[in-house]
Amino acid sequence: MLDTVLQIALAAVALAMLLSAWRLIAGPSKPDRILALDTLYINTIALLILLGLWLDSALYFEAALLIAVMGFVGTVALSKYLLRGDIME
Amino acid sequence: MNLLAFNLPLVVLLPFVGAAFAAWASRLNRLGAAYTSGLVTLLSLALLMPSVPLPFHDQTLIQTWDWVPDLGLYFSFRLDGLALLFALLILVIGLLVIFYARYYLSAKDCMGRFFAYLLMFMGSMLGIVLSENVIQLVIFWELTSITSFLLISYWQHRKEARQGARMALAITGAGGLALLGGMILLGEMVGSYQLTHILAAGDLIRAHDWYLPALILILLGVFTKSAQFPFHFWLPHAMAAPTPVSAYLHSATMVKAGIFILARFFPALSGTIEWTLLVGGAGLITLLIGAYTALFKHDLKGLLAYSTISHLGLITLLFGFGTQLAAVAAIFHIINHATFKASLFMVAGIVDHETGTRDMRRLGGLIHYMPHTATLAMVAAAAMAGVPLLNGFLSKEMLFDQAVIASSISHWALLLPVLVTIAGLLSVAYSVRFIMDTFFGQPKSDLLHTPHEPPRFMKIPVDILVVVCLAVGILPALTVSPILETAVAGTLQAEVPDFSLAIWHGFNAPLMMSIAALIGGVALFLKRDTLFQLYQRHEHVDAKRYFQASLQGILNLAQTVTQRFDKGSLQHASAWVIAVSLAAGIVGFAGFNGSLLGETPVQSVDTLTVIVGLLGALAALMTAIWHRKRFVSLVVIGVVGLVIAIGFVKFSAPDLALTQLSVEVVTIVLLLLALYFLPQASPKEINRVRLWRDALLAGVSGIGATLLTLSVLTRDFDSISTYFLENSVPGGGGTNVVNVILVDFRGFDTLGEIVVLALAGLGIYSLLQGMTLPAPKNDLRGRLWNPDKHPLILQTLTRLLLPLMLMVAVFVFLRGHNLPGGGFIAGLIASVALIVQYLANGIDWTRTRLQIDMHWAIGLGLLIAIATGLVMMAMGYPFLTSAFRHMHWPVVGEFELASAIAFDLGVFLVVVGATVLSLVQLGRLSHSSHAGSTWKS
Repeated sequence: MLDTVLQIALAAVALAMLLSAWRLIAGPSKPDRILALDTLYINTIALLILLGLWLDSALYFEAALLIAVMGFVGTVALSKYLLRGDIME
Repeated sequence: MNLLAFNLPLVVLLPFVGAAFAAWASRLNRLGAAYTSGLVTLLSLALLMPSVPLPFHDQTLIQTWDWVPDLGLYFSFRLDGLALLFALLILVIGLLVIFYARYYLSAKDCMGRFFAYLLMFMGSMLGIVLSENVIQLVIFWELTSITSFLLISYWQHRKEARQGARMALAITGAGGLALLGGMILLGEMVGSYQLTHILAAGDLIRAHDWYLPALILILLGVFTKSAQFPFHFWLPHAMAAPTPVSAYLHSATMVKAGIFILARFFPALSGTIEWTLLVGGAGLITLLIGAYTALFKHDLKGLLAYSTISHLGLITLLFGFGTQLAAVAAIFHIINHATFKASLFMVAGIVDHETGTRDMRRLGGLIHYMPHTATLAMVAAAAMAGVPLLNGFLSKEMLFDQAVIASSISHWALLLPVLVTIAGLLSVAYSVRFIMDTFFGQPKSDLLHTPHEPPRFMKIPVDILVVVCLAVGILPALTVSPILETAVAGTLQAEVPDFSLAIWHGFNAPLMMSIAALIGGVALFLKRDTLFQLYQRHEHVDAKRYFQASLQGILNLAQTVTQRFDKGSLQHASAWVIAVSLAAGIVGFAGFNGSLLGETPVQSVDTLTVIVGLLGALAALMTAIWHRKRFVSLVVIGVVGLVIAIGFVKFSAPDLALTQLSVEVVTIVLLLLALYFLPQASPKEINRVRLWRDALLAGVSGIGATLLTLSVLTRDFDSISTYFLENSVPGGGGTNVVNVILVDFRGFDTLGEIVVLALAGLGIYSLLQGMTLPAPKNDLRGRLWNPDKHPLILQTLTRLLLPLMLMVAVFVFLRGHNLPGGGFIAGLIASVALIVQYLANGIDWTRTRLQIDMHWAIGLGLLIAIATGLVMMAMGYPFLTSAFRHMHWPVVGEFELASAIAFDLGVFLVVVGATVLSLVQLGRLSHSSHAGSTWKS
């Protein structure tokens, strides 16, 4: 049962990643691309957690945790750049 | 504990430690530095004292510790007669010079710096003369080059001081390199780098094929350091140093280092025809050139400089004779020259100090103003001239005697007594000139201020030295004989030959030569005006010009070669690197006819991996396509980094994944900080040839790398990782092999890396210090920036997140030894946690709340890391060995405490310090340009 669920979820996440990639490349605006990158980070969290469940390993968890804690910083910096140019004032 | 077991290294190292104290003491009191230095020197002397009797009883004291025994390198010291003589000269004359300098330096000069340099120089000299290991000797030799550079350039605001110091460093530094080569050859010939073995293996060395190359290399070192022809020209330019420095460097120490090597290796190298020709020849030429040029120098110190060159030539010539008696004379003259030359330099300094000039044409009649100084100068100059009843006379007689003996070898050698008599005659002439032109004749009225005697205490060092000149000259047997005999025994490493230090040897050839030199010298002085005119008329070689021209030539050559390969463009440089590695790969695999894939079966691929891999490839491709739009390519390259991190997770390298993720974030911040000041778009490449060249290089090297990876990964291979995997737990007490390697097995590498990181952080900080760049007022499309500096939502959320992020950092840090994590990753996470506060709240806001100076974090980190290593050393383990113990803590349970965690803490602090320091400094570049309201443009 769990395996089936995981497989479906993984497929969904993979699809989500592809769609994010599409948005990243298609744009058209810079905020679109930044959001796409951010979404890819979120997708990765999901991917890693699902893989951890699938392979029954805790090792994937740290990477997911780290993305959750720090992944947004890149997005913040990129957005701040669009907003103000100077990201550290 | 017996002091004789370890006093020699203390004697050498104490001045280095004292240097720091002297520099510090000068802050409290202007004269504190002088007193500290005097005290340190006395302390060194006191430490040496217990071992002084040993050489007199024909004992050699050797103190050895292992350093890198596999390379023949020992931390090893030796005290025999020769070392003792030099150590005493260095310390005693050093003490007098310190005393003298305390009065010489003016209020404007920085006392701490001067005395710190002087002490470091003293320590380096002591290191040379007390070394038992020859490689260690070369290390101290190099240190004297560096510290003498600092001393000569002490008055940094003077151009001639800087140039003179550079010249001295270039010449003696090059010589030091040659000396190292010679020492390595010697060591390889003998099979040991210890002096005891080398000195005992003279016959083996002289018969060896490498004898001549080794001799030439060592002599290059000797001749450059001791200013022997043709390398003598740096010494006069080093006179730009303060006079106490000249008195020290050019009487007892720096230039005597070369002479010391001649004496030290006399038993190992001398006694061949090559030795006699090279050493004797250089000595003779230097003796004559120095004496001749000295006569025509109008500057007191210039005269003394060339006279020093000449006397060094004399000593070298004596060693060149290669006989035991000549060596006795050489050692004797080393003592005599040190005493009279140091006092003469001090006199020159006093004259300069009291009259404001050292030009003999502007001086005269000073005896009326400073009779005491004049008397001292007369005695010292008489010793330099070789007047009977003074020490210079005795050693000069011995030289003449040796020259007469050597003249019986061949017809050509008959010239020798004539040439040395001429040199003696010239030295009489310039000594007379030094006295007559300075202290006698009409007083000149155009001096800056009326001359008077210097402070009483400034003359005490000169008094002492002059009394020594007299005492040795009148009662040689009672004064100098014992130490001379001991020093000779140390030099020859054999029975001391019979020699007589009597003043009167009867009417013999040397006495006739002395009389001829004295009369001729005075006559020459009386005829000096004609001589000066003659000298003016012919061209003079200015060695400085040639030196600078050749230096410039070398620099130009280097620049031309460099410019061939480095045109200052990244494209060009990377094209070279890739092309060369490509060529190397093609040449390397030219004869390869195995199969591409090895035996390991290729694994099947799942759809997910393909999707993520394709994502990475696509992002990489788009980065290249969009490289001209810098911001967009930065966003896309973020995906590449993310995919690589996923790859690391997938292929079981969680440490790398964590590192990659944190580095990714820091990189984006760094690039955005830089991009703010850079063009937003790259210019279009219009050169078609270059485009195709780059495409070809990229394509071929990409394919090559793929094939290489494929063939490596499909083969079984033995790597060192097995060792680490097996020893991680028993040897390092941690199950995370990566972390155990970093902090334990290869802890020394990590220490080196964090030092580099610390230096980079501090370097970026100091390079950008005080720099402000004009910030663009609007974005690429010309729109004004948004007025909201720090959006409220962002501020609030990041403040909430700070403790969470720090907690993750602590977590990753603590578990690092056993599971993925460690100081480096934790440091990056903590850095990001702090950086995000700077991003969201601004530099000023964060700085008032985060009052930690990141410089301290860096320094503290390095200290902790090094201290961990040292503690293990103190406990008898090799540097940075990790100790660990499993403990049972209440609540927490089994907990393993490794000393490596302290080391890891050091790594953590350095990473945080360097990252935050450099990023914030970059952010501050535009800080002041925001001071006004830029919005109103």
